[in-house]
Amino acid sequence: MFSEGDLTAIWLTLKLATTVTILLLIIGTPIAWWLARTRSWLKGPVGAVVALPLVLPPTVLGFYLLVAMGPHGFIGQLTQQLGLGTLAFTFWGLVLASVFYSLPFVVQPIQNAMQALGDRPLEVAATLRAGPWDRFFTVVVPMAKPGFITATILGFAHTVGEFGVVLMIGGNIPGQTRVVSVQIYDHVEALEYAQAHVLAGSMVVFSFLVLLGLYGFQQKNPFTGFK
Amino acid sequence: MAEEDNPAVGTIPINPEPRLHVQFRMCYTGSDPSTYALDIDLTLPGDGITAIFGQSGSGKTTLLRCVAGLERAQEGRLTVNGEDWQSDTLFLPTHQRSLGYVFQESSLFPHLTAQGNLNYAMKRSGVPSANVLFDQVIALMGIEPVLARYPHQLSGGERQRVAIARALLIQPRLLLMDEPLASLDTARKQEILPYLERLRSTFDMPILYVSHSLDEVTRLADHVVVLEQGRVVAQGRVDEVFSRIDVPLPVGNEAGVVWQGEVRERNEQWRLARIACAGGDLWVRDMGDAIGQRIRVRILARDVSLTLTCHEDSSILNRLPVNVLEIATDSDTAMALVRLQADNDFVTAQLTSRSVDYLKLVPGQRLWAQIKSVAILR
Repeated sequence: MFSEGDLTAIWLTLKLATTVTILLLIIGTPIAWWLARTRSWLKGPVGAVVALPLVLPPTVLGFYLLVAMGPHGFIGQLTQQLGLGTLAFTFWGLVLASVFYSLPFVVQPIQNAMQALGDRPLEVAATLRAGPWDRFFTVVVPMAKPGFITATILGFAHTVGEFGVVLMIGGNIPGQTRVVSVQIYDHVEALEYAQAHVLAGSMVVFSFLVLLGLYGFQQKNPFTGFK
Repeated sequence: MAEEDNPAVGTIPINPEPRLHVQFRMCYTGSDPSTYALDIDLTLPGDGITAIFGQSGSGKTTLLRCVAGLERAQEGRLTVNGEDWQSDTLFLPTHQRSLGYVFQESSLFPHLTAQGNLNYAMKRSGVPSANVLFDQVIALMGIEPVLARYPHQLSGGERQRVAIARALLIQPRLLLMDEPLASLDTARKQEILPYLERLRSTFDMPILYVSHSLDEVTRLADHVVVLEQGRVVAQGRVDEVFSRIDVPLPVGNEAGVVWQGEVRERNEQWRLARIACAGGDLWVRDMGDAIGQRIRVRILARDVSLTLTCHEDSSILNRLPVNVLEIATDSDTAMALVRLQADNDFVTAQLTSRSVDYLKLVPGQRLWAQIKSVAILR
């Protein structure tokens, strides 16, 4: 059913989405925690920056990232000094771009779940001798678990579904940067509608199943208050 | 090692008088126009139950949160049985204070079973957890059958008992309870009160108990601090404080004294029990308490009337000779409270101002107090 090129693209897409999701959980959790707890005036600006990819056209984000990753951009200069060359048109360039692009889809569910906890569970844990790190890992993380699951699903699915940023940053290198969405574009450009149908249809089914699973999970686990 | 030393040598410095020194000054200068301050300087006994009593908004909970370190007063000093928790240069964070805290509403972690919640405390108590203590606490709170359940599978009363057990298992030097019964209905309250009484007699640790309920305070507390608008109005032993008529206690029309006594005699025929109190003997309804049992009773001022002579021909069972100490008249209501000495204790009587005038009451006068009813608090 799938051509060899299609399979390469699917494998690459899954690899990219997995890498990005793991990185996003590591980066997004402290950002979400800070946003959920801070009373600093910086909360608004930082929250807005995190949410920018929700409203910006992917081409805008892609354009600036491309410039930054280029030989004269600040990311490019940094990676060159580290002996990594430039990241544009590489897998890791895609990873970096996707991390920015999918950030709000991971930060926001975690932040919401953390905010919904309120102060009380943390106060309770403090009266039970739990220090700050202890409180975070034994109270905040388990109680915000539904938020983490939603964030993981959305971060993964959104990375699988991106196109504009990939095209701007990664171009169209088989096995390197040619992900499923770009592969579909190629098929259509080449008037290979049958193959485009197979891949596009697979994406529809995949996305539907992901969302179905997500809503099913949210219904089964409506966020329960502090009892 | 310490056990091997001769106790007479006294190598371990023992604080002869365990005490809590509590001093907080705190202002809310927010947008709220009713800017109010907590201004408290207290020395409290280092054992027994001390009730922090007052109406809502009097600063009771804020005081308790300051003691726990959950709230930070602008100025504060706090010493708990010789250990500094807060001073001008020191502020121990909550997790470094040896305290247990029972919150008003249930505060169990929803992602852990009752047992898991208790383990959470035991793991962090910093004291090797003895199984004996665990078994003792479980038995004391009667929560053995529910240990495997999650908080949402427990009743309100069960949840609160697990929360109290959890606070005990941290083995604190000070137990703080913030209206632990307020979120429960009357039946559940009656279910938990006996557990709290057992707690007082089993564990030798000071307890600060915040409440606006006169019933709970008179039943449980040894010592009481009355707060109003962030300031201490009265404090002292529970029997002393509630006999005071010179300060406005937030008791509504429930003004009255608390007496402690011992059951001395039981009359089978009339189902009555005689209890010997410092203020004299009282006959009360026999509630099945054994002879020698110590019980507490409350005598409301409105249930006490005064006569110049001893009326043998009255239906009133309890008549005590008393001396007038003080009279406080409220001109608005034309009612008066009279504080009376009854043997070695006090009793208060609520009369109309007209009766005070009619009986020509003056301090030092000898009369008889007729006590219409006595509430047994146990």
